[in-house]
This record gives sequence, C-alpha cells and structure tokens, in this order.
Amino acid sequence: MSVRSNIVGIDSPEALEQALRSAYYLADDAIATASYLALALGKPLLLEGAPGVGKTEAAKAIAAVLGRKLIRLQCYEGIDASAALYEWNYPRQMLAIRQAGEENIDIYGESFLIERPMLAALRAPDATVLLIDEIDRSDQEFEAFLLEFLSDFQISIPERGTLRAVERPVVILTSNRTRDLHEALRRRCVYHWIGYPNSEREARIIMMRASSVAEATARSVVAAVGKLRREPLSKSPGIAEAVDWAEAATLLHNGGARWPDAFKRSIGVALKDEEDLSFIAPRLDALIAEATA
Amino acid sequence: MSMHVTLPRAAQPFVSFATLLRRNGFAIAPEQTTTFLTAIDLLGPRSTEDIRRAGLATFAPPPERFADFNALFRIHFLGEDTLSVLGDDEEETVRVQEEQSGEDEPPLADEVNEAGQAAARAEALVQRDFSIAARDEALRRLTREAPMALPRRRSYRRTRGKRGRMVDLRRTLKEASRNDGEILKLSRLKRRTRQRKVLLLIDVSGSMKQRTDDNLRLAHTLAQVSPRMEVFTFGTRLTRVSRPLQLKRREQALANASRLVSDWDGGTRIGDALQAFLAVPRFAGYVRGAVVLIISDGLERGDPLSLADAVARISRRAWRLSWMTPLAIGKNFKPQTEALMAIARFVDYFVDGRSTPSMVEHLLSFRKELAA
Repeated sequence: MSVRSNIVGIDSPEALEQALRSAYYLADDAIATASYLALALGKPLLLEGAPGVGKTEAAKAIAAVLGRKLIRLQCYEGIDASAALYEWNYPRQMLAIRQAGEENIDIYGESFLIERPMLAALRAPDATVLLIDEIDRSDQEFEAFLLEFLSDFQISIPERGTLRAVERPVVILTSNRTRDLHEALRRRCVYHWIGYPNSEREARIIMMRASSVAEATARSVVAAVGKLRREPLSKSPGIAEAVDWAEAATLLHNGGARWPDAFKRSIGVALKDEEDLSFIAPRLDALIAEATA
Repeated sequence: MSMHVTLPRAAQPFVSFATLLRRNGFAIAPEQTTTFLTAIDLLGPRSTEDIRRAGLATFAPPPERFADFNALFRIHFLGEDTLSVLGDDEEETVRVQEEQSGEDEPPLADEVNEAGQAAARAEALVQRDFSIAARDEALRRLTREAPMALPRRRSYRRTRGKRGRMVDLRRTLKEASRNDGEILKLSRLKRRTRQRKVLLLIDVSGSMKQRTDDNLRLAHTLAQVSPRMEVFTFGTRLTRVSRPLQLKRREQALANASRLVSDWDGGTRIGDALQAFLAVPRFAGYVRGAVVLIISDGLERGDPLSLADAVARISRRAWRLSWMTPLAIGKNFKPQTEALMAIARFVDYFVDGRSTPSMVEHLLSFRKELAA
C-alpha cells in the first residue's frame, strides 16, 4: 500500500475541509476525514446516503480541489464492459481493412480504440477523478467486475494486453442504498455514510449554493425541511431540494408574493410525490407558520 | 515477509478492536485491519474521535449497525460499560434460533370437522377431497409450467443469437477480415438470461397450522423445478429446510424436512425470526435479487417495528417480495392488522394464501409482468 500523506498540499483532514469550502462544498469533519484517508491511502472512496444529500457534489468538489477532470460513469441495470471500459471502433476498423487493400494493417491500433470512463481514468490517473455514480443501480456481475478494477487498477484488453495505471487513480463511488452492496466491494473502499446535515450547516449550505437567498429565508427552509424529514414520507427532501425550495420561494417573493404564501406555493420543488403532498397538505400551513416563526 | 514479529505495543489495542468487532458479527478482513492502522497513523491520531472515524471509514460497518459499532468502540477504547445496550439486541436474535419447543411431529392438516351432523360432515369431506384434488392439480401445473414461467433475469453476458438485437461487430469484423474485408453475413448477439433465485419463508406457527402441510408440499414442488431455491421455516425458531426438499421423492423429502423443524404450532415472532435470518450473512445473501415469497398470516406477537424493519431490509435486496397470507382475499386486499399495515409499503404483492391453486397462480403470473 502506497501512502501519500500530502496530496497537492493537503496534509490533513482540516486542510481538505478548507479546500472543499473554497470549491463551494461545506464538508463536516467526518466526510473530510474519510475523503482525506481515501486520497492518502490511494483507495476508492465509497459514499452512501439518501438521495440528495450531496454525494455527487462531494465528488465534483474533490475533483475541483485536486484540479482534475471529473469523469463520470453513471451506472444502470445491465451496464457492461463496453459501456464502462473500452470499445473498438468497428466501422473504422472495417474501413481501414477496405482501404488497406493488399497491404498489412494493424486494426487494433490506438486510433481504433474508443475510451470509456474507466479506461480514460486509468490512462490519465494524475489528471482525472473517476466518479462511479449510483453503483447500486448496476447488477451484481458489474459489481464483481469492478472488484478487479478497484483492487489492482488494471484492465486487460485481449488484443493489446494488460494496461496498468502508473499511479493509483482517484475513484469515488456513490450509492443510494436501494440495495446493499457486496461486502467485498465495501471492504476495498474507504467508506462514508452521508447523513442529513444539522440545521446550522444546512443553512450555510443553502446560502453558499443560492447566493440570492436571505439568511432568514434559509433558516426557515431548514426548519421546515427538518420537520418534513421527520414525517413518514416516501421521499424526504434532500439538501438539493432544500436549496431549490429556498431559491424558488425567494423568486416568488421577489415577484410580489408574501412570505408564508411564497413557501407554500413553491412546495413542489421540495416534495415531488403526490401521496406525500396530499399526506402533508392538511398540516402544511401550520408547519410553515411554525418554521417561519 | 515474516509477520511473526510481535506488533508494537501501541498497535495492540487497535488490532484487538478488529477482533472484538469480528466477535460481534462484523465481517472484517485482515486487509481492513492493516488499512485501519495506516489510517490512524495518517491522522495523528490527535483524539479518540480520529480513531473512531478511521474505524468507520475503513471497517465500513453498515449504517444500521453504527450504534453497535459506536458502543463497542466506547467499551474498547473508553472503557465504558454499555454492554447492556448491545446485549439486549443480541439475546433477542439468539433466542429465536435456540428456543426449542421440542415437538417433532408435524401437525395433521385440514381436520376441519367442527360440525357434528353427519350430513355436514359428508359435505365437508367432499369439499376436502375436492380441495386436495385441486391442490395436486395445481402442483402438477406448477411442475409443468414453472420452467417457462418463473422469472428470469438478463445476465451480464451476451451470447450469439440469430435474432438478437445487437450486431456482433467483433465477430463480424473477424470474419470479414478473413474474407479480405468482405462482410458476408452479420453475426448477432443477445443477452443471456438466468433464472432468478427463489427464496421461500414459511410460517409454521399455530395460527398457520391448517396450511403448513400444503405449504411444504408447494415448497417441495417448487424446489424440484427451481435449481436455485432456498426454503426456511419460522415460528419461534428459524430452520433451513432447503436440503431435504431437494430429494425427488415427495413423502421422504417432507418427512426429512419435518424432522428438522422443531417449532410446529408455536407462537409467532415473525420480526425476530426474519431479523435472525438477516443476521446470518450467508442467509441474507440468498435474498439478493431473488424472488422472495413469505407465507405468513402476519399475526405478530413480537414488536411490529422489528418486523417492519426486517421486511424493509428484505425488500431492499429482493427483486420482488410477495406476502402470501390466508387473510388476503381478492385483488384489492387492504391489510388490517397492525403488523401487515406496517409492512404494506415494502411488499410488492399481497397474495391470497388460502389455497395452493391461488399461490401457484401467483407464481406463474410473473411471466405476464415480464411480458409487460
């Protein structure tokens, strides 16, 4: 295991937290620690949490801090190697064969290889961050296939041989936990569970993300969202929804709507489920009045 | 590399923490312990909080066990005595596995002769014969149609298929390159499919007495046609009966299975039984991507919250979760008991579990869902 305690000038969780802040991501101590450990140990970082708590944002911020390009691989059921790894440019190979005529030609040369996210990250480990997004959506075979990549950081292409990363690439995996990931995958990663932030931090996040929102608005939204999260809803509003709600309410208010009304009318950006909306509807007025008080 | 060298004394407590976690049911690989030590070294450590965070990040305990993890951490590093909190939980699950009522005979099924009059009795007998015939016919139908009807999933692998949707460019190109780049025919690819795992959990408690024998017969028939099938019975205890049910001869298979089960006609603690089931990683693995069928009336004597939690966890891992209950009547069944209401949102199908034919009908209906 190659340990680097200093990555582009970041030598402690606190330093990383500072850097993330300047990339507009407010990290708490725990996520800063986990991210720092992942970078220093050269292991993939596995972020789990409810939808909308900022897993993908964290990955983007880390890429920004490191000054690297973010390569995103969105997972889905049935994703396979040709979508994740590499593919040959078959039409081009075909044309090359035709054009070559009697001459000899290597149709497995560099120019015929189409890079997919994992190969791209492997080839430029010092310039990229690989984000494997929503790994819980992929099927188990893909998870097993990832294991090989994540432990050795090498890929074998039958026609060309094995490609190995010069250094360990930065890999971030996210999961919404719609299903439990395999133990073997968790084991290979540095793990962090992102929960909902406390109200103080959430208000700061809203103000950082949506600059037009006044502090009082942000606090009211945080209070209201906090109450909603305690209700048995099928989809609780995440941080992203809270930011949207604050922004939408501010927009309506600037357009002339009065305060509690602006909140109420923009509830659709926070709750996006008909059943949830009708469940909360009778108490919505009281809830918002309490939150804005 | 000789690792026989004694560890530095300072590292000792960290290594023994990993051992403590393992002893409490956390799956921890040796490699993770090494990473844990390196992580602590990287962080300083400046406080016990650093050590705890390093532990969380490297041992990756599942979120629902964070409380256990933190309790063990406090016990180990801060010398706190919070064992009682953890102990309660453990005992709860163990009891389900070890409590024995020790009755080895399966109950006699279908003795519903409460009416005293001869005429009524005769009618009941006719009805019973009829239901037995219907049951056997349903089981035969299951044997016949299941290989085609049980749900399959698309595999990650592709295979050659004449009418596949994708063109196998790789193969086409290879063949073309043999013919000086002339494409004579297009090879095609299709996704391979595999039958999904089937997991059957049967309630054998007193309230399900009348159905137990039929349910086991159904399990046996299903086990014969589904190569990747697991069967468990539960009441006050959880028993795996998959192996005996693999036997081809039904009577012998059922007798062998019955011998394993020791909690016939007991009480029901479904929640605890399911929690016990999930606590064994090997068992819990059977749920992943499987067709999960739970046969139970949901008359819970234990904590409904524990039941809801277990069902939620099963539903997260399963492909489809069907709850077969004798209480479910008709398509628009709305659960009434507290336990069933609590789990309703995690269950994909509530199925009429009063008779074998209706259960078979449900098993074979997955085909329609796939076609849709």
